[in-house]
Amino acid sequence: MSRNSSSEESTVIARLRRALAPGAVLSEREDIKPYECDALTMHRELPLAVVLPSDEAEVAAVLELCHEAGVPVIARGAGTGLSGGATPRSDAVLMSLARLSRILEVDPHARIARVQPGVRNLAISEAVASHGLYYAPDPSSQIACTIGGNVAENSGGVHCLKYGLTVHNVLAFRVATIEGEVLAIGAGALDLPGYDLLALLTGSEGLLAVVTEVTVRLIPKPECARVILAAFDSIVTAGGAVADIIAAGIIPAGLEMMDRATIAAVEPFVRAGYPLDAEAILLCESDGTADEVQEEVVHMEEVLRRAGATECRVSRDEAERARFWAGRKAAFPAVGTLAPDYYCMDGSIPRKCLAAVLEAIREMESKYGLRCANVFHAGDGNLHPLILFDANVPQQAARAEAFGGEILELCVRHGGSITGEHGVGVEKLNHMCVQFAGRELEVFHGVKRAFDERGLLNPGKAVPTLRRCAEFGRLHVHAGQIPHPDLPRF
Amino acid sequence: MRVTEELKSLGERIRAAATQRRALRIRGGGSKDFYGAAPQGELLETTHLTGIVDCEPSELVITARAGTALAAIEQRLTEHGQMLAFEPPRFGERATIGGAVASGLCGPRRAYCGALRDFVLGVQIIDGRGDLLRFGGRVIKNVAGFDVARLMAGSLGTLGLLTEVTLKTVPRPKAECTLQFELDQPLALERMSQWAARPLPLSATAWHGGRLLVRLSGAQAAVRAARQALGGECLEGAGEYWEALREQRLEFFDAAQPLWRLSLPAHAPPLTSGDILLEWGGALRWLRGSVDVDGVRALASRFGGHATLFRACTKPPEGPFHPLSPSMLALHRRLKAVFDPQGLFNPGRLYPTL
Repeated sequence: MSRNSSSEESTVIARLRRALAPGAVLSEREDIKPYECDALTMHRELPLAVVLPSDEAEVAAVLELCHEAGVPVIARGAGTGLSGGATPRSDAVLMSLARLSRILEVDPHARIARVQPGVRNLAISEAVASHGLYYAPDPSSQIACTIGGNVAENSGGVHCLKYGLTVHNVLAFRVATIEGEVLAIGAGALDLPGYDLLALLTGSEGLLAVVTEVTVRLIPKPECARVILAAFDSIVTAGGAVADIIAAGIIPAGLEMMDRATIAAVEPFVRAGYPLDAEAILLCESDGTADEVQEEVVHMEEVLRRAGATECRVSRDEAERARFWAGRKAAFPAVGTLAPDYYCMDGSIPRKCLAAVLEAIREMESKYGLRCANVFHAGDGNLHPLILFDANVPQQAARAEAFGGEILELCVRHGGSITGEHGVGVEKLNHMCVQFAGRELEVFHGVKRAFDERGLLNPGKAVPTLRRCAEFGRLHVHAGQIPHPDLPRF
Repeated sequence: MRVTEELKSLGERIRAAATQRRALRIRGGGSKDFYGAAPQGELLETTHLTGIVDCEPSELVITARAGTALAAIEQRLTEHGQMLAFEPPRFGERATIGGAVASGLCGPRRAYCGALRDFVLGVQIIDGRGDLLRFGGRVIKNVAGFDVARLMAGSLGTLGLLTEVTLKTVPRPKAECTLQFELDQPLALERMSQWAARPLPLSATAWHGGRLLVRLSGAQAAVRAARQALGGECLEGAGEYWEALREQRLEFFDAAQPLWRLSLPAHAPPLTSGDILLEWGGALRWLRGSVDVDGVRALASRFGGHATLFRACTKPPEGPFHPLSPSMLALHRRLKAVFDPQGLFNPGRLYPTL
């Protein structure tokens, strides 16, 4: 998409101003500067303009108008995305959904909440807490991130092993298409006629439509929760314990791992009492009724000890539980103190490969001459290696990026994915070429065109062009090559 | 090697059909031939695509070729102390896992544990060009690319030939107990709703003819506590009842009259016409009787749901499924064309023009 001439630009901006309420269109440099990036801050660009619609009709109007004018539109929630899904482009209108922030309906009887896309994730749980209910997916940014962004990225959190991702917790959407038409996808029943567009739209990174309303499923808050802190003298043993827990038929409410480097960074921060001599610790949580939790904790502890835990501490009260978790929650900022910069990766692998992949990452540390701290959703096989570097030292940023790329390729080789929960955005476009062959990418482009023929919604994100993959040199369209050497291609 | 050859031959058959523009009727075990509009076209079967590819207890994941018998999969999972949470109905011994995914149908546990599509992690398909494609994967968390794997669930083979599927599994509950209550329909709906809002280990509910059955599943302590909270004794032999409900072998499903499947928000008001059986806390309502097609559909739409003519001798011209709005139908057709540009697969099975 080439940049429009400045007269066309001003026409679009003028038309947007006429269509929206006063103050809803920003185009002055100092006004649009705060929108130049999302949480993937290394990618920055000033958008053509920022629009702040305040209801569904205005969202539809913006889309219709931009569609007519052939101007791309990028939807943005709170800007907390880690993969650059909301990174602006100079030729595109950035549409912030922050003003669509109303909770439209809470029905405790039906256990649903109908909300606008700009409602914060945590605000939903807060609004329904008095009914003993909550919204389960809890991405780490839940205090700030919005439900619209969660839908776009299919966000998870620390409890998704037991309670699922966003896709498992939404019942209906209203979406606006690029033509400005509003479609209802579901309406509160447990399934919908025709294709499952609810699933297709979830995680589509704003490429197919703009969500204007979300009906979420609420679930009863568990009566109680307790967490076990288990220490291990090797990361391989800890990885094995994770597999043993699942194989024993236990689905923990959370199952998180931290390695020695992370523990050392975190402990001075939160004073959680983590064992500093451990190579790895697991946090394994049980929730439910008091009796149920009691029964499950005993079972969990037994499995963890048999798997080689050198120490197991069970939280005795809520304060201790919060303390055990505090370290996990502070892990990213704490690791941030170890080096001037860190690069947060997000790959997923089958649980049984945890130990092998962690070992391989250890070896890569010496290869790249950079340290890597590991703190992650072990129960889901979702890794978050944090590669430490100093951007001011020449070549370190490039080495960190190469290190990260190799970790992702390793994940794919083990049958995993280049992104467990952060999305592809702009960050992982190249790695998509490793995970998918040309024909699958073509299908993705086809799906995109089925919704957005002219490619105006969040263009250039999530799905790489075949040409880009060819340039990246990683597209394998011939038989017998990775990513799926076992597959015949014909 | 045999599978590679079979995949290759299926791809060639699809390409030949594409060249000659012949419709293909995809079939696994044929147990769900009754579902949807009458199948049309030359038979394309997954009979030779069988076998469990990967199933490890520590992974809670099973990968199987599409023609693998559902019964074989469930048996293997039982050996590992696991199960398919959505309890897919078999409707016959020959039912396959590919057919289960294509139909997207779920059993009694659905309302409390999630739908089939919630457990789909990955698929391998052959599209309308004869190309073998893979979407999703074998991991629980994977947000790379559009979620084409889940889109296959319930698409009734209209998008491609499923050749392999990967599903998430769950541990079998340690304890189970079914309670019985005598209640009329309005009160049953109210109770099911109240109980679902409490942290109880519900795993199935069903009401018919003044009798409400509630199944509790989970840890011993949780089931015991819930039984005390709700009152009543565990019903003997309830396992057979739930199995019969899942397979539609209860007397209710016997009659020759048309069977409607209404998917409604659970809090929709009680239905007053026809013989009614409720499942899923009221979110799934089976209606047996000769009723006015438009009337049933209007009623379902009014409450935010949809109505399917599930079993009937004659089906309405607009098809057994709830009609889509013109925009939605157009979108469906554009999506279908991405996977099956010549409209080879199961034409008309889901909607007359799809």
